[in-house]
Amino acid sequence: MAHDTTVQTAGHDEHHHESPVVFGFWVYLMTDCIIFGSLFAVFAVLHNQVNGGPSGRDLFEYSGLAQETALLLISSITYGFGMIAAHKNEVSKVIMWLGVTFLLGLGFVGLELNEFAHMIHEGNGPDRSAFLSSFFTLVSTHGLHVTCGLIWLVTLIVQLMGTTEIPERMMNKLTCLSLFWHFLDIVWICVFTYVYLASMI
Amino acid sequence: MLGRLSFSAIPLDVPILVGTFLGVAIIGLAVLGLITYYGKWGYLWKEWLTSVDHKRLAVMYIVLALVALFRGFADAIMMRTQLAMAYAGNPGYLPPHHYDQIFSAHGTIMIFFLAMAFMTGLFNFVVPLQIGARDVAFPFLNNLSFWMTAIAFILVNVSLFIGEFSQCGWLAYPPLSESQFSPGVGVDYYIWAIQLSGVGTLLTGVNFFVTIVKMRAPGMTWMKMPVFTWTAFCSSILIMVSFPVLTVAVALLGLDRYFGMHFFTNDGGGNQMLYLSLIWSWGHPEVYILVIPAFGVFSEVVPAFSGKPLFGYGTMVYATCSIMVLSFIVWVHHFFTMGAGPDVNAFFGIATMIISIPTGVKLFNWMFTMYKGRVQFHACMYWAVGFMVTFTIGGMTGVMMAIPGADFVLHNSLFLIAHFHNVIIGGVYFGYICGMNFWFPKVMGFKMNETWGIRAFWFWFVGFYFAFVPLYVLGFDGMTRRMNHYDNPEWHIWLLIAEVGAVLILFGIVCQLTQLYVTIRDRNLPANRDVTGDPWNGRALEWSTSSPPPPYNFAIVPHVHELDAFMHDKENGIDTRCAGGPYAPIHMPKNTAAGFLIGVFSLVFGFAAVWYIWWLAAIGLIGVIGTIIARSANKDIDYYIPAEEVARIENEHSRKLMAQAAE
Amino acid sequence: MSDLHTSPSGESHGSVSSYIIGFVLAVILTAASFGLVMSHSLSPSGTLTGLAVLAFIQVLVHLHYFLHMGNGSEQRWNNMCFFFTVGFVVILLIGTMFIMNNTALHMMSR
Repeated sequence: MAHDTTVQTAGHDEHHHESPVVFGFWVYLMTDCIIFGSLFAVFAVLHNQVNGGPSGRDLFEYSGLAQETALLLISSITYGFGMIAAHKNEVSKVIMWLGVTFLLGLGFVGLELNEFAHMIHEGNGPDRSAFLSSFFTLVSTHGLHVTCGLIWLVTLIVQLMGTTEIPERMMNKLTCLSLFWHFLDIVWICVFTYVYLASMI
Repeated sequence: MLGRLSFSAIPLDVPILVGTFLGVAIIGLAVLGLITYYGKWGYLWKEWLTSVDHKRLAVMYIVLALVALFRGFADAIMMRTQLAMAYAGNPGYLPPHHYDQIFSAHGTIMIFFLAMAFMTGLFNFVVPLQIGARDVAFPFLNNLSFWMTAIAFILVNVSLFIGEFSQCGWLAYPPLSESQFSPGVGVDYYIWAIQLSGVGTLLTGVNFFVTIVKMRAPGMTWMKMPVFTWTAFCSSILIMVSFPVLTVAVALLGLDRYFGMHFFTNDGGGNQMLYLSLIWSWGHPEVYILVIPAFGVFSEVVPAFSGKPLFGYGTMVYATCSIMVLSFIVWVHHFFTMGAGPDVNAFFGIATMIISIPTGVKLFNWMFTMYKGRVQFHACMYWAVGFMVTFTIGGMTGVMMAIPGADFVLHNSLFLIAHFHNVIIGGVYFGYICGMNFWFPKVMGFKMNETWGIRAFWFWFVGFYFAFVPLYVLGFDGMTRRMNHYDNPEWHIWLLIAEVGAVLILFGIVCQLTQLYVTIRDRNLPANRDVTGDPWNGRALEWSTSSPPPPYNFAIVPHVHELDAFMHDKENGIDTRCAGGPYAPIHMPKNTAAGFLIGVFSLVFGFAAVWYIWWLAAIGLIGVIGTIIARSANKDIDYYIPAEEVARIENEHSRKLMAQAAE
Repeated sequence: MSDLHTSPSGESHGSVSSYIIGFVLAVILTAASFGLVMSHSLSPSGTLTGLAVLAFIQVLVHLHYFLHMGNGSEQRWNNMCFFFTVGFVVILLIGTMFIMNNTALHMMSR
C-alpha cells in the first residue's frame, strides 16, 4: 500500500504508477458484489419454501421499509457532501458530514434490528423456514456491511480530528469508504425491490 | 467456559495419532531448538515472518506448500494401504470413522494448502519480476494473505490432535455435513479453515489483478506481456469471481449448523442440491485457477529449453482467456446425476467438451515450440514432456465424463478419482515442480541438482501410472470412491498395484527431498552458482536482474520494446539493467507485524468458533478489528533506499558479471 | 455532466448540484416503486416488470451520480471490472435458476 505518489512528488523516480489503492478497493467491491449476487440467487431459489409458515406478504410492512430506505438514501447524499468538503480540504465540515452519515447509518441498523427482533419474537426467526433463512441472511449481510461501514466512519472521524489538512493517504481512505457506502446503497435498491416489494405484490 | 472442548476431545486412544503427535512434537521442538541455538529468532522475525517482500513471501508460500504435500501424501498412502489390506475378512487398520477423516483431509489439504499455496508462491516470485515492477500493488495485504493461508493450514492440523476433522469429503456435501448427521466438530474445523484461507486467497487475487493492470513496466502492452503473467492474470480473475461464491456456500452451511437455519437441510424447506450448484460454481473455476498457471509455467519453460520463441503467442493468450470464460458455464458436469433434465445436462455437457479445444491449441503450441528447436533435456523439460503426455490422457477421460450418459455410469466411481488425479498431478503438480526447478536459481542464486530432479521425475511419472491406471479399471468395474472395505475379489489385485504406485510416488518425494538437500549442500560449487542471473538464456524480464534479486528488483525500471523483452535486449545489445546508473533513491514498504497478528487473532477466533468458546472468539474478532484499525493509523509504513546503497549493490553485481565474462 | 470534476488520480467527484440531482431522481424512483406496489394499479406480472425497470434505472442513477462512473479513458478498467462482474452475476443467477427449476421439475421436489 506504500506505493504512494510521494515517489513522484519527491521527483526521484523516472517511472511512476498512480496509487492503486482506490482501484484495488473497487476491485474488492466487485468481489463483494458477487457475494450479494450469490445470496440473491439463493433467495431466488428458496423464497417460496415457506414450510407452512408465513411468506413475505404476511411479514413485511411498508412503513418500516420506507423509513429504512429513506435513511440510507439521505446518508448517501450526506456522505457525498462530506466528499465535496474533503476535496476542498475543509476538515471540520468533513467531520460534520461524516458524523451525520454515521447517525443516519446507525438509525438504519437500529430499524433493521428492531424489525428482526419483532419477527423473531413472533416465532418467525431464521430457523423457521428456508425462506426466512435466506431472507435473514441476505438482509443481515447487507446490515453487517453497513455496520462495518459505521466502524470505518468512526475510525476515520477519529483520525481526522485535530488535523488541519487531508493528506493523500487519508483522501484515498475517504474515497474508498465513499465507494463502499454508495455501493451498499445500490445493494439496498436490489433488496427493497426484489426481496420486499416484489413479495408484497 | 470451554464450550464443547473437554479433555476427552484429545484422541489418546488412537495410536496412529499419538505417534504422529509425538513425531510432530519432536521435530517441532528440534526446529525451535535449532533456531534458538543459532540465535536466529530475531532474523526470522524481522526478515521473514513480518516481511512484505514478495520474494520472501514466495519462499514462505512454497515451504508451506511442501509441508502440506507431506501431510496430504501421508494421508494418501494411508488410504492406499488400507485398501490394499481391507479385503474380504480383513478390516484393515483404519476404522471408517478415521478413514473418512483421512480422505476428507487429503482432498482439502492438497487443493487448498498444497496447490493454492504453491501457485501463490510462484505468482509472488515471478509476476512482479516479469512485469518489471518493484513489488506487488499491496505488499502488506500480500503478507496478510500468506498468514491467513498459513493459519488455516494450522487449524486443519490442530484437528488431528484436538477433536476430529470432517468426515464428509473435501466439499462437505449436505445433508451429511449438517449437524443432524455430523454433530461433531469435524465439519466446523473444515468450515473455518476454508473461510480463513479463502480470505487470504481472495486478497491474493485482488492484489495480483491490480498489480498486473497497474504496475507493468513502461512499454509492456498487453500483447507484450509474458505468458506466465497472462495466466496469473486469468487465474486472479477466476479467484476474484469464484471465491466469493465458495464463501457464501460454506457460510450458509455454517449458518445451518450454528443457527439451525434451513438452507440445505432435509426439513424446513431446505434444498441440498442448491449447495451442489453453489459449491461447484466455485469448484469448477477452481481447477482452472490451479491449472492455468501451470500452463503458464510450461509456456516459459518449453521455449527456454528449445531455444526458440513460444509458437503462437497470440493463440496461447486467447486460448487462456477462452478457457477462463468457459470455466464459468460448465459447473453442472460435477453433478449430472443430481436429477436435472436433458436440457440442463446437454447444455453443460457440450460447454464442457468445448473447453478441450483451447486446451488442445495449447498442447499443439508447446509441441510446435519444440519442433525443430534445439531441445535440451534439462530436468524441467522432463516434467514438461511428462505433463504433455499425462495431461492429455487426463483431459480425454474428462471429455468422456462430460457425456452425461457416460457420466451416469462413471460418476462417483474410482474412474473419476483417476481422472482428476490425472489432470491435477499430471497438470498442476508437474507444472509447479517444473516451475520450481526453473526459477529456483533466480530465487536462491544457485541451481537445483539435476540428477536427483530427473530421478524424482521418473519415480513420480511411473508411480503415477501405477497408482492411477488401476483406478480407471476399478471405476469401470464399479468400485465407488470413499470405500474403506470391499469384498469383490476382482478388485484386490488392482488395489495392490495402486499401492505399488503410491510407494513409487513416495520414492519420488524422497528424491525431491534429496534433491533439495544435495542442492543446498553443493550450493557453492562454481558450476551451481548462478552469477549472471540468466542461467537458461531466458526470455522475460525476471532474468535481467541478479540472482537472487535485490530487495527493489530493478534499480532502474526497464523499458519494454518487444515481447520477450530481455531476449530482444540481448539480441540488440541493449543493457536492460542500465548498469552504471544514474541511480535514484527507491521508495520501499516497511515490514510489518500486522499481518502476522491478524493471522494469530484469526486462528484464535477460528479455534474458538469450532469449539463454541464464545468469549475467546470475541477476543479473536476484536483483536482482528483492532489490529486493522491500528495499522490504518500507522504512518510509519515506508522508507527510501538511498541512491548510494543502490549504486553499491548494482556495481557489485556488475563486477561479478565482468569477472564471470573474463573467465 | 458538465459539472463533474476529474481529480488528478482519475476518479471524478461530483458537485453539490450533481449530488442533489441524483438524490432527487433516486427519491422519485423509490417513491414510484413503492407507489406501483401499493396502488395495485397493474397486474402482478406487470408490477414485477415495472419494479425491475425502476430498480434498473435507479441503479444507473446511483452509479452515475454517486459512484461517478463515466466513460473517461482513465476509468476504462473500473468499468471493465464492473461489467465483467455483472456478467458473471447474471450467469450465476440465471444458471442457478435454470438448474434448480429444472431439477425441481424432474425430481418433483417442490
